[in-house]
Amino acid sequence: MRISKAWIVAAKDIRVFLRKRYTIYSLVVFPIIIGIGLPFVLNVVISKQGALLSTQHLTDLMSAFAFFFAIGASVIPTLLASYSLVGEKVEKSLEPLLAAPITDSELLLGKGIGAFFPSIGSLYIGSIVFMVLSDLFTHSTLGYYYFPNWTIGILLLILMPLLSVLSVEWSVIVSARATDPRAAQLQGVLIAIPLFFIYVATEVGAIKLNTTTIWIISGAAFIADIILFFLSTKTFQREEILTKWN
Amino acid sequence: MISVENLTRKFGELTAVEGLTFQVEEGEVFGFLGPNGAGKTTTVRMLCCLISKTSGDARINDYHIGKEADSLQIRKMIGLVPDNVGLYDDLSAFENLDFYGKLYECTEGRRKENIERFLKMLELWDRKDARAGSFSKGMKQKLALARALVHEPKILFMDEPTANLDPESAKTVRDFIMEIKKQGRTIFLNTHNLDEAQRICDRIGIIKTKLLSIGTPEQLRKSLAGPKTVIRLAQASEAMANSLRKLIPNKFEVSDNKLLIDVTDPDKENPSIIAAITSIGGQVREVTQLVPTLEEVYLQIVKETK
Repeated sequence: MRISKAWIVAAKDIRVFLRKRYTIYSLVVFPIIIGIGLPFVLNVVISKQGALLSTQHLTDLMSAFAFFFAIGASVIPTLLASYSLVGEKVEKSLEPLLAAPITDSELLLGKGIGAFFPSIGSLYIGSIVFMVLSDLFTHSTLGYYYFPNWTIGILLLILMPLLSVLSVEWSVIVSARATDPRAAQLQGVLIAIPLFFIYVATEVGAIKLNTTTIWIISGAAFIADIILFFLSTKTFQREEILTKWN
Repeated sequence: MISVENLTRKFGELTAVEGLTFQVEEGEVFGFLGPNGAGKTTTVRMLCCLISKTSGDARINDYHIGKEADSLQIRKMIGLVPDNVGLYDDLSAFENLDFYGKLYECTEGRRKENIERFLKMLELWDRKDARAGSFSKGMKQKLALARALVHEPKILFMDEPTANLDPESAKTVRDFIMEIKKQGRTIFLNTHNLDEAQRICDRIGIIKTKLLSIGTPEQLRKSLAGPKTVIRLAQASEAMANSLRKLIPNKFEVSDNKLLIDVTDPDKENPSIIAAITSIGGQVREVTQLVPTLEEVYLQIVKETK
């Protein structure tokens, strides 16, 4: 496999994403809401509860909010990958692309990279903003800067990339049957549902989001990545694409 | 250059293409004529290594379709203009071509040179920075042609390149095809357009799942029925026709002072026919040759398969 070929496809996709208003919104809105909005929620919680707020509750809340970036990592690449794959289908650009000297796996990798890097990049920027603002608002209450810590480190550097890959693979499978990018995106975001359950479980106290939990979720995501990799590569074969994707 | 032997493709129970055997020589423009669903696109897709064959074999410059290692080599030496142009509407004309140039591993210098050359040839250079999505249908088709040529392929496959174009755009595309034909490229052209096939193609294959007929446009026209010589006389009578039948072996009919004579080799036979007519007192006013049109041949061949 030639990575250079995959990069050519990825660079083209990223260029296309940056010219579509919808994909720009997908990349910008979520990280802004989470990166700026949630620290302000923390600020409101601190100012309303004051001395009644325990530091344990506050740090649990901060970890739970940080988990939104994991959810974002499973949603945003889906939005881009679906747009890219179904977009090629709608624009009927797959046939000349598949006639070029590029293998199925190089093309799939290119599509993955094209959706992965802008998504993870925007989420990392959002997470930096989130950590800085959260630390600013909570320092006086906690007496120390909560972020960065091991939990968010593993979340950002291990779990989020794994979920992004999962999200892209899922999009490939979903895109095979979808004829409209929006429909593919709607089906694509279903991958985030288990993560919402985990978030709710942390909020009701059923799960504590610490380093161990993030490692366990990462392990599950890794296994899911491998399973979906085989399914997506089976789906993404030029003959399948040309004869069954239409 | 292209050698196809007994090539067959089935989709489940449906046979799209059956037992195709033909060859296309280097520098030849080969036309594939057939009705919708005849298997033209399936054939092109197999030859471009986009879909697999069910049986048979095809080679492009000694590389076999269906072999993974050969497929990449084949794709490097071919260009494809599919029936749907499939451009990236959000990218400019230049960016569309540049992307494909990179995929085909053209160096930056060669890429830029070719993009400029082909866009200028197709009168699109002034719009090189405009979004492909803003182009008219004809301009998109021309851009798709440039895209297929950006890496200077030896073989160009074109699937209905002038379908749905206005006459002016269709002419530009046809002229461009003639231009690249002069450069010695091998062209495989799928078309419905009989006039286009007749004008552009060196040889034509008529397909309807199977290859029904193949030859030069001239050979195909002659294959349906031999040519006829039409001789207009000052006056033609039945008595004269009877006298003539004794002098020439050819079959003929008399109608409106015209003789419609079946001939196999007009150049050889016409002088002796005319001599025979004048010897029995006929006054020849005009001699013309009647050859069936390609359309008549095509319709007849396709009709015979129904």
